[in-house]
Amino acid sequence: MLFASYGFILFIGLLFIAYYSIPKKYQWQLLLGASYLFYYFSGPENLLYISLTTLSTYAAAVKISEMHRVQAQHLASHGDEMSREEKKAYKALTKSGQRRWLLACLILNFGVLAVTKYSNFAIVNINWALETLGSGARVSFLQLALPMGISFYTFKTMSYIIDVYRGRYPAERNPFKLALFTSFFPQLVQGPISRFDSLSRTLFEQHSFDGRNVSRGLQRILWGFFKKVVLADRMLMAVNTIIRNPDTYQGIFVFIGMLFYAYQLYADFTGGIDITIGTAEVLGIKVEENFKRPYFSKSTAEYWRRWHITMGTWFKDYLFYPLSVSGPMLKFSRYSRQKLGDGLGKRLPVYVSTIIVWFTTGLWHGASWNFIVWGLLNGAVIIVSMECQPLYDWFHGRFNVKDSFWFRLFQVVRTILLMSAIRMFDCYRDVPLTFRMLGTMFTRFNIGALSLEALLGLGLGLPDYAVLLLGLAALVWVSLVQRSGSVRDKLAGKPFVLRYAAYYVLIVSILVFGAYGIGYDASQFIYNQF
Amino acid sequence: MARKRILTALITIALTASSLYILERLLMPKYVSAIVEGSLVEEYYSEDKNHDVIFIGDCEVYESFSPITLWEHYGITSYIRGSAQQLIWQSYYLLEETLKYEKPEVVVFNVLAMKYDQPQKETYNRMALDGMRMSLSKIRSIRASMMEDEKFIEYIFPLLRYHSRWSELTVEDFRYMFRKDKLFHNGYYMRVDIRPVQTVPKGRKLADYRFGERAYYYLDRMVELCKENDIELVLIKAPSLYPYWYDEWEAQMEEYAARHGLLYINFLELVDEVGIDFSKDTYDAGLHLNVTGAEKMSIYFGKILRDTYRLKDRRSDPELSRLWQQKAEFYYAMKESQYRELEEYGYLKSLGARPPESVAAE
Repeated sequence: MLFASYGFILFIGLLFIAYYSIPKKYQWQLLLGASYLFYYFSGPENLLYISLTTLSTYAAAVKISEMHRVQAQHLASHGDEMSREEKKAYKALTKSGQRRWLLACLILNFGVLAVTKYSNFAIVNINWALETLGSGARVSFLQLALPMGISFYTFKTMSYIIDVYRGRYPAERNPFKLALFTSFFPQLVQGPISRFDSLSRTLFEQHSFDGRNVSRGLQRILWGFFKKVVLADRMLMAVNTIIRNPDTYQGIFVFIGMLFYAYQLYADFTGGIDITIGTAEVLGIKVEENFKRPYFSKSTAEYWRRWHITMGTWFKDYLFYPLSVSGPMLKFSRYSRQKLGDGLGKRLPVYVSTIIVWFTTGLWHGASWNFIVWGLLNGAVIIVSMECQPLYDWFHGRFNVKDSFWFRLFQVVRTILLMSAIRMFDCYRDVPLTFRMLGTMFTRFNIGALSLEALLGLGLGLPDYAVLLLGLAALVWVSLVQRSGSVRDKLAGKPFVLRYAAYYVLIVSILVFGAYGIGYDASQFIYNQF
Repeated sequence: MARKRILTALITIALTASSLYILERLLMPKYVSAIVEGSLVEEYYSEDKNHDVIFIGDCEVYESFSPITLWEHYGITSYIRGSAQQLIWQSYYLLEETLKYEKPEVVVFNVLAMKYDQPQKETYNRMALDGMRMSLSKIRSIRASMMEDEKFIEYIFPLLRYHSRWSELTVEDFRYMFRKDKLFHNGYYMRVDIRPVQTVPKGRKLADYRFGERAYYYLDRMVELCKENDIELVLIKAPSLYPYWYDEWEAQMEEYAARHGLLYINFLELVDEVGIDFSKDTYDAGLHLNVTGAEKMSIYFGKILRDTYRLKDRRSDPELSRLWQQKAEFYYAMKESQYRELEEYGYLKSLGARPPESVAAE
């Protein structure tokens, strides 16, 4: 079921009525049923995958948690009688048992993700290798559909099992509650990748109808629909025209396409997250933010702290840190410091971890070399900027521009352009073509080719451009206002007529200017594919 | 306090709903120029509803019969509930709806629609359904007609379908938001221009000549509906040269009519008898009849209707006479206006839409 569909609106409408009509103690059960129903609409067979992930995670987490409990109990009753070495040995034994359960769970669930998402990508590469080696043998492709949101729910459950393993919180004893955490429908499409401890706080609570919450949630949903249906789906037409016709649209048009895609992706992804958070809010559930005005970032590292925040923190907490303190990495760290000294020798292991994390991030986004190269380039930019830090320090010592508006604007624009350029690997069909197209921005920029006629040839009319420009102004304005607090809070303090006018304009804009219905391709959220 | 809040909420809802309705009216296609056929269905509601004969079907009915001629020659009151490429289930539900307003003596159905067993095109669906008033018949017709990519809710709230017209609005959209001028003559779409038949197209071979089950299902229901309401159902095939009418189709219709005791007339076989001259009586080389063709057809068919079903001559009713006199004036004013247009431009520039002169004549 698409978020931007009549079916979804009907679905949340009915759920909303039922949710606040039934006894509160059954609310979470209703949500579980609704989430599975929502998932059922994406393909009944997908229920098998999500159920398998939930059950395996449940079993492993309960087992690991039980070992924590037995260990704590044992140490509490026999700790005084045990020597330090005996305690250490006992803990190591427990840890080893827990690790086996953790590994089994990780292998099984990442295995499901790997088979459904990456097997055909692997086969493409195997076949390429066989062909290069002159072998006539070929591996057949698997006929497996990618279950909707598998990357998101797999990451959610894996963070849960790792946290239980680390002893951050005990395992959830009710398998149905874990099933709801895994399948909570607003998050199934494109995240955020919530952590069990923060989401479960409100997910399983009993919620009374709160007009303010519901109203705020609806406002957020409306804003999300506006971004998705009016802006992103309209921009999609121009972006598709440019990227699907690389022979026609080069140079300046690649640049235009790059900016258009930056606009589209932002409106699409943040719009989807607004709908997710708004839907949860209507039901009284708090879901964390996933964006913090990312296009105002002054560096790549800052950008990634503000864009798809929950994914970034997931990789940081569950891959970067464990990798950095892992045995082999510590050994490598010692070796590199011996060979390269305290400067580069200290930084090199961090860079290796960064590259591994970004390679994985790229792979998580999609099973193709485009995404891998996209990830590696992000890592490379971060490493280069870290290496250039002395240069920046020298520059700022020499010129006092750090706090000037224009320099900050330069940094923001530079970050947007850099991120947008790298993001073009999402768009073109393969890596060489993307490099070739990016190259034409330098070799055949040809600004003279950019005319009104050419812009109109991208599938958008003048009124569409007007809508997009006004939409851009609205996005910038909202982001600027957000710097000093929530727009909804500010709006709530305004007179009724003004508030009504704001909602009315938003509703009418979506209904009238929305790129939906016959004549428009109903499009999935871009992140739905990940 | 609570009362004030309820009142505010009610006013807000009313304001929102009414402004959205206005928006919807603005954005819906008006069909008052170029493609006027989209206005055919809705015009019925503003007419008197006291007809002896109701015609239902596609363009072959609303171009082949002139109710004014039927009145003037036989005193028969009639209305054509036609629309472009009207599918048989749409005809059925239009008839079902019509019977809620009036009980005619005779219903005439053009059988070309039997060739379609599935919905064909959204544009034609819209022309048949958007003009219908909300009713169970309309809902059923929508459900039967929708193409795969169409959404039911977009028929109930057409704003959701036509919202993208915001960038192509014209003065016409504002002018005809709530009121349209009369365009047709009891459902007859007048065209006086002539485009003679040059060649008679041959039908290409079909894999299967049998009409579909769905088409028969609705024809059966139509027969049933007429029986229940004590209405005579007449099946006709208008004398259009294409789409090609196959002998196999003809045989099936003849067999069906005989089996159900219905009168079936294939006017393609009566072209000479009716006096149709395809060098003068069609405006698009044989696809549709023009006004002279329609008048000839009406004179011929009116006699059959009168004689077979003993329809009364109602010209002696003073009130009806007055009403039909007004209709006739509009009819002749438009005819004259179209001839003038032909003379001035050499072709029918308005495509049968209402020229300004005819408004004055109404």
